[in-house]
Amino acid sequence: MAYKIYDGWEGFNLGHWSNDEVDVRDFIQRNYEPYEGDGSFLEGPTDASVKLWNEILELSKKEREHGGVLDADTKIVSTITSHGPGYIDKELEKIVGLQTDVAFKRSLQPFGGIKMAEQALSLYGYQIDPEVKEIFTKYRKTHNQGVFDAYTPEMRRCRTAHILTGLPDAYGRGRIIGDYRRVALYGIDYLIRHKENDRSLLEGEMRPDTIRDREELMEQINALKALKEMAASYGYDISEPAKTAKEAIQFLYFGYLAAIKDQNGAAMSIGRNTTFLDIYIQRDLKKGLITEKEAQELIDHLVMKLRIVKFMRTKAYNELFSGDPTWVTESIGGMGIDGRTLVTKTSFRILHTLTNLGPAPEPNLTVLWSKRLPLGFKRFCADLSIKTSSIQYESDDLMRPELGDDYAIACCVSGMRVGKDMQFFGARANLAKCLLYALNGGADELVKDKVTGKPLQVSPRFSKVTSDDALDYQDVLQKYDNMMEWLAGVYVNVLNVIHYMHDKYSYEAIEMALHDSKVRRFFATGIAGLSCAVDSLSAIKYAKVYPIRNEEGLITDFRTEGDFPKYGNNDDRVDEIAVWLVKTFMNKIKKHYTYRESIPTMSILTITSNVVYGKNTGNTPDGRRAGEALAPGANPMHGRDSNGALASLESVAKLPYDYARDGISNTFSITPNSLGKED
Amino acid sequence: MIGYIHSFETFGTVDGPGIRYVIFVKGCPLRCLYCHNPDTWTMDNAKQYEPDEIVKLINKYKAYYVNGGVTISGGEPLLQIDFLIELCKKLKENNYHVAIDTSGAVYDENNENLINKLKTLNKYVDLYLLDIKHINNEKHKLLTSKGNKNILSFARFLDQENKKMWIRHVIVPTINLDDESLIETRKFIDTLKNVEKVEILPYHTMGIVKYEQLNIPYPLKGVRVPTEEEISHAKEILKR
Repeated sequence: MAYKIYDGWEGFNLGHWSNDEVDVRDFIQRNYEPYEGDGSFLEGPTDASVKLWNEILELSKKEREHGGVLDADTKIVSTITSHGPGYIDKELEKIVGLQTDVAFKRSLQPFGGIKMAEQALSLYGYQIDPEVKEIFTKYRKTHNQGVFDAYTPEMRRCRTAHILTGLPDAYGRGRIIGDYRRVALYGIDYLIRHKENDRSLLEGEMRPDTIRDREELMEQINALKALKEMAASYGYDISEPAKTAKEAIQFLYFGYLAAIKDQNGAAMSIGRNTTFLDIYIQRDLKKGLITEKEAQELIDHLVMKLRIVKFMRTKAYNELFSGDPTWVTESIGGMGIDGRTLVTKTSFRILHTLTNLGPAPEPNLTVLWSKRLPLGFKRFCADLSIKTSSIQYESDDLMRPELGDDYAIACCVSGMRVGKDMQFFGARANLAKCLLYALNGGADELVKDKVTGKPLQVSPRFSKVTSDDALDYQDVLQKYDNMMEWLAGVYVNVLNVIHYMHDKYSYEAIEMALHDSKVRRFFATGIAGLSCAVDSLSAIKYAKVYPIRNEEGLITDFRTEGDFPKYGNNDDRVDEIAVWLVKTFMNKIKKHYTYRESIPTMSILTITSNVVYGKNTGNTPDGRRAGEALAPGANPMHGRDSNGALASLESVAKLPYDYARDGISNTFSITPNSLGKED
Repeated sequence: MIGYIHSFETFGTVDGPGIRYVIFVKGCPLRCLYCHNPDTWTMDNAKQYEPDEIVKLINKYKAYYVNGGVTISGGEPLLQIDFLIELCKKLKENNYHVAIDTSGAVYDENNENLINKLKTLNKYVDLYLLDIKHINNEKHKLLTSKGNKNILSFARFLDQENKKMWIRHVIVPTINLDDESLIETRKFIDTLKNVEKVEILPYHTMGIVKYEQLNIPYPLKGVRVPTEEEISHAKEILKR
């Protein structure tokens, strides 16, 4: 039987991907051209790009002057097809599509939680439409409501005391990356046909899982139809594969646009698209359909759209994340498992937008770094980093063995195979605070019980430290181990509740429609306060730490005699404690049932929320004062790494990735001058 | 043989070529007004290390230093010459590129014993980073508390020994930024044939914090940092 060959596939090498399968990686491998040269071929922006970007800058300025939000929808609930087409400047835009019908008008997304949507609006002086509020209070349950209906009192205490913080129980969990390339490569009809086929295989006995899967696949199919309808409103027929580079970029962006209209996720990453798009651009360049200048223009216009992704978010949310990042992460480069580099000219083109449009934090351009990347690309990245400080780097050499060569980063460090893996984002457990709980038998050092006025007893009453002698390391370890055992249990169960409800009330239909129907799911837990907990343990082990109690007998401060090794100096005496802690907590997580056969993982990656976590953590034995920030991610505590960058980084590098598969982050700031005096 | 050490920097990028491990030793005979390491002047609170211990610390990072090496700075490394010889010998055995950052102030052309030791040391040193602080002897005294005679003759000594040098010159407005000083400095450098590079280091105020911590009055209070124009002007004169 001959497989259908679409017009959009003309000139491509066919293979498994075109044999009635969905296999974007195979398409890329058979068709892409690695590029090992430098950036000298790149072109500046077109006049249209400059003009369009200036219009966006003008809108951004107005938005700032207007208090942070220029306009917000208070009535129309955002769905893929909720709004008619919107433009910034229709004449100039090569790539079209906005989240609402008006540029910079933020959409209303109440499925995560109606209270959040209402608060976010009122923060900026808008009032939610009473009818919408009524619908989402009386008739249509939200994710947030579902979660709180199921939470246990213990879970709520953990939340109140902030030993678990940032949980996605009132906002969209995000972190799911649709394979938006599929829209361009296959067109919607092909994808619907495949989903219908997958659905037809789910027959027979109707167990809860089967029923849910059938329902979800129907949701996915409906979302794909809606996506087609949305594109049609902009004058594009996306039922069949894209035929040109412009169409490929446009189709791909429509897929992403549908996702951000459907979901207000904490991180709405876009995937790994440049090698894929390069194939289309090369084809058009060879045919003489476009010039390099026009190719760059298409990428510039795509990036402009990604720079103006906007959501309505509450004050608490912005505090947690220190701003309102959208985490439109695009993963670039890396090496293929066959040894060829995945760097293409379009890897350069997308990074070149930092020059053409100026530096910006979004999209979060992330270079998958390998020792074996072509030298020209390495130099180009280094040069651009010095000039713009806008590139994120991740170790491809570390992730490729685990994830192959078609993975992408969600948010800042979570690696997943595009279209094949998804994750249940799980925020973080505060291990520094957990250590204080170990000393005080689970009574919170800061939060009071509203009824009794006494310290809030968060965990069951574990045995606490009763002596006023210097803390005994073995005794503390034993108590800490017990407390972590308890915390891991509650934590996993909290996440089970959250993700069950998110699937039920705020299912990411379009993003999941752009995944394989059978996906691998990660259960992404996380920890905060690693270095603070580790240094505290080191202090207890190597120095003498005396507890100081308040009038209620609660240990609220410490007196330390002697010095102790600190994490961040490549000193095994303390770095071993860090490794032990990561392994121990992860092993405790693994003991529990995780929702939907997901694979438990852990991250050590607070990039901004460490400030808020610190605010909610009392004095710690390492000498950190109550309220002071914890270190971000796996960083050493501020100022304690006294042997320079390599010692600090080597300490971090000892943390076992096997036990922190969702990623380890280390925030490292350096001024170009301190890297040497010359170019 | 014990060395008296202030601290280590594992990622040094401004003291010699490439990425370097930098050892800051304690003790210095000079009191330069612009010194940004006043915490290295005395032997107080020095950490004591055997050369072997230090080499072991450095070896943990060996892969990073293939295009760089190890720099011994301070303080004044030459104050601990016996320790320095042993350390540099061990570093060479471990195939590191070795640089010494010195003012040369302890040099004495009449001290035969010292000269012999320096000749031994030279066998293990690839590069000297030599500070010329002021070309005028009187002004040098004002700036550093000592004259520059030994420093200049140390430069000549290194040159005779065919040791590679980078000349480093901290420029400070009102002290050594006048054309006369710069031109004279250049003339002196031109008499040396083994100078590989001349580095201009603009005076900065990042050391002030340390003075505050040590309760030492900051000697250059009110002196500004050089402007971009002054820096490039100095470069024009001094660099070849």
